[in-house]
Amino acid sequence: MVWKRKIAYIDLTTGEIIAKPIPKEVRQLYLGGRGIDMYLLYNHVQPKIDPLSPENVLLVGTGLLCGIPALGSGRCDIAAKSPITEAVGDSNIGGFFGLELRLAGFDHLVISGKAEKPVYLWINDGNIEIRDADHLWGKDTFETQDVIRDDNDDEEVKCLVIGVAGENLVRFANVRTGMKNSAGRTGMGCVMGSKNLKAIAACGTMDIEFSHSEDLLDYCKEMNDLIMGTRWAKAQSRWGTLIIYSNTNTTGLIRTRNFQLNRFEEGEDLEPEIMDRYTIGMSGCYGCSVHCRHRYVLKEGPHAPIFAEGPEYTSLGAFGTMVDCKKMETILVANHLVNKYGVDTLETGGLVAWAMELYEKGIINDKDTTGLKLEWGNEEVLFELIKQIAHRQGFGNLLADGFKTAIAKIGKGSEYYAIQIKGMSSLHSDERPTPSLALNIATSTRGADHLRGRPAIDLYGLPEEMLEEVYGGSVSSDYTSYEGKSRMVWWQELLYAVTDSIGTCKFQTMFCAVHAPKWQEFAKLIRLAAGMEFTKTQLMETGERIYTIERMFNLREGFSRKDDALPERYFKEPTPVGLPIAKGKRIEKDRFEKMLDEYYVLHGWDGNGVPKKETVEKLGLGKEPSHII
Amino acid sequence: MQKILFIDPEKCSGCRTCESACSLHHEKVCNPTRARIHVVKWETAGLYVPTVCQQCETPLCETVCPMHALKRDDKTAAMLIDYNLCVGCRLCVMFCPFGGVNLDTKTGKVLKCDLCSGDPLCVKFCEPQALRYLNATKVNLRKRRAAAEKFSDLMKKMLAVG
Repeated sequence: MVWKRKIAYIDLTTGEIIAKPIPKEVRQLYLGGRGIDMYLLYNHVQPKIDPLSPENVLLVGTGLLCGIPALGSGRCDIAAKSPITEAVGDSNIGGFFGLELRLAGFDHLVISGKAEKPVYLWINDGNIEIRDADHLWGKDTFETQDVIRDDNDDEEVKCLVIGVAGENLVRFANVRTGMKNSAGRTGMGCVMGSKNLKAIAACGTMDIEFSHSEDLLDYCKEMNDLIMGTRWAKAQSRWGTLIIYSNTNTTGLIRTRNFQLNRFEEGEDLEPEIMDRYTIGMSGCYGCSVHCRHRYVLKEGPHAPIFAEGPEYTSLGAFGTMVDCKKMETILVANHLVNKYGVDTLETGGLVAWAMELYEKGIINDKDTTGLKLEWGNEEVLFELIKQIAHRQGFGNLLADGFKTAIAKIGKGSEYYAIQIKGMSSLHSDERPTPSLALNIATSTRGADHLRGRPAIDLYGLPEEMLEEVYGGSVSSDYTSYEGKSRMVWWQELLYAVTDSIGTCKFQTMFCAVHAPKWQEFAKLIRLAAGMEFTKTQLMETGERIYTIERMFNLREGFSRKDDALPERYFKEPTPVGLPIAKGKRIEKDRFEKMLDEYYVLHGWDGNGVPKKETVEKLGLGKEPSHII
Repeated sequence: MQKILFIDPEKCSGCRTCESACSLHHEKVCNPTRARIHVVKWETAGLYVPTVCQQCETPLCETVCPMHALKRDDKTAAMLIDYNLCVGCRLCVMFCPFGGVNLDTKTGKVLKCDLCSGDPLCVKFCEPQALRYLNATKVNLRKRRAAAEKFSDLMKKMLAVG
């Protein structure tokens, strides 16, 4: 059956590899993907270790539903203690690697230790080998995949790779597969680099069996129709996540020049329609009906020719609005560069924007930047900084350590200008007019992050009866209100925890479409695919268990309520521009704290954000670390 | 009216849902290596081409089969394998110019598209409509229309310049 795939423990120091079955009780409690990774993280990472030491453990896990022809089911979860936040490090990646890993016989990898010299893992039909990767070291993320395919004379090999940024231990280096997909956040590529692990290659021919294959097939078709019936998915199919830009920018929900403005006034060239000049078609991850990413070509200009995929909405901010670059072409080039070097788009853009503001304010000068003039909108400076960060050269070397270290080194009040939480950069959305989204970035277990619990539904102003039915409690339909918003964030956190654990795409659950598949549909898919029974309540409890064990990990590392905070500017500086609904808005400190109190109650945590004894018992977390696997 | 499985690579998003649906339907498992359809990709060039049996008018698989195990279905015109006759010699795999016949490593049998008895599942699962099951006479008309659209765009541009 689908859940019979194995877990492999790979010690890169000794070369020992052990494969074991995954007990069904663990599946029942944590499903797979992120859920099991979080269980493993809590069990296998000793408290307070250095994230770049051999003691850190890199976890790779496919979702429970991996392989079904629906909802983008080929996703894969990568986790470790994060080198930028020192909290939960976890990032989800689409594409085709997750499927290939499962076809090759494994659902989870626990990679510990450190190889003496560069290696890659070769995984094929139940076997795992540690292979020499000297010839891959120094290669970019595209070349690395090509060479591995050539070496094995097999076009179907799928790889997770790091680029030069991961090799150089850039703290926010990412892990990549294919042309576009990245496990971008929390520096998982840096952890790979610290282990001298250049790539994980998988190629498999093993059957993935499901409990009720015929019914599953019919239901998958129903699920694809359900998601494609939403306007959100239809828009995504045509424009990708870029579609979010027009609305949020017009309203005034986009941070511009780091955090100085909340609307990009001259940003017409970043409108999604502009991509028509460059796109040759859309591209989809495994098992996806939506296909939300552009395949684009840049034929002219100093950086041409470029063929690449993307960019995401987040890159419009990272290399557009936040650094005041007004041209789509700038974003297309920068997107290609970060992908080639293997460095997170959001962290890079966030740090560069911050540095530009510091330069403008005179906190850093030409001497600090070794002559680089960090002026707003200077695309060549942006490209140069991306290169410097990835190669740890010049001023980029300072930024390559991430916000925490860079703030400590620069000092001089630079922290005030840093839009980061727990050491991780936020995306370019300006949450001052939207308390629910602000709470979401504050409470996320992996630092400022929209994908842990963003209630994007809040922006739609849906009828309150509908919201109450979905969220199971009273929620204001006014997105500037604080009422019921803690409930929204809590509920979405549980939903996304389960989504990441079954391995389907967040954009194909209730992210921006209220009718998209959620608890009931997930429960039915799990029954048909894995033969495991869950009620809606039980699935929500599973989400709670996963989120709470993440919380427990962070508490063990010394995090507490004080870290569920927003940058000071959210409270002090009202939004200067935007439509009346978004202008003059800031987060009110006392109401934010009240929202946080309510949020802890919903999770069953105490006033300091520590899970209560009865919550721990109810979720079966009392014996953790239990070391079942 | 005779229908054919029509492939439009320009519309393919490369998601490979067709492979999964095909193997689930025919083999009751997800396993792209046992699917009858395969999306060939040149990832770094952004080119995706679904490949499947073309149900040729003069099928080489039928010609080379020493056991006469390939027969055309009256209803769908699909070339079907009679597994009672097939000896697994793989000559059809060797001679098919499209890679339309593949080898099932689990069973040693050869596999090819049977058009799901006239209701191809890959078509149902192909959201971008890179795969369609169309009346044979319409296929050419559709291609002509697409070509004419390009021509008409060109005409408009020329007239605008003039």
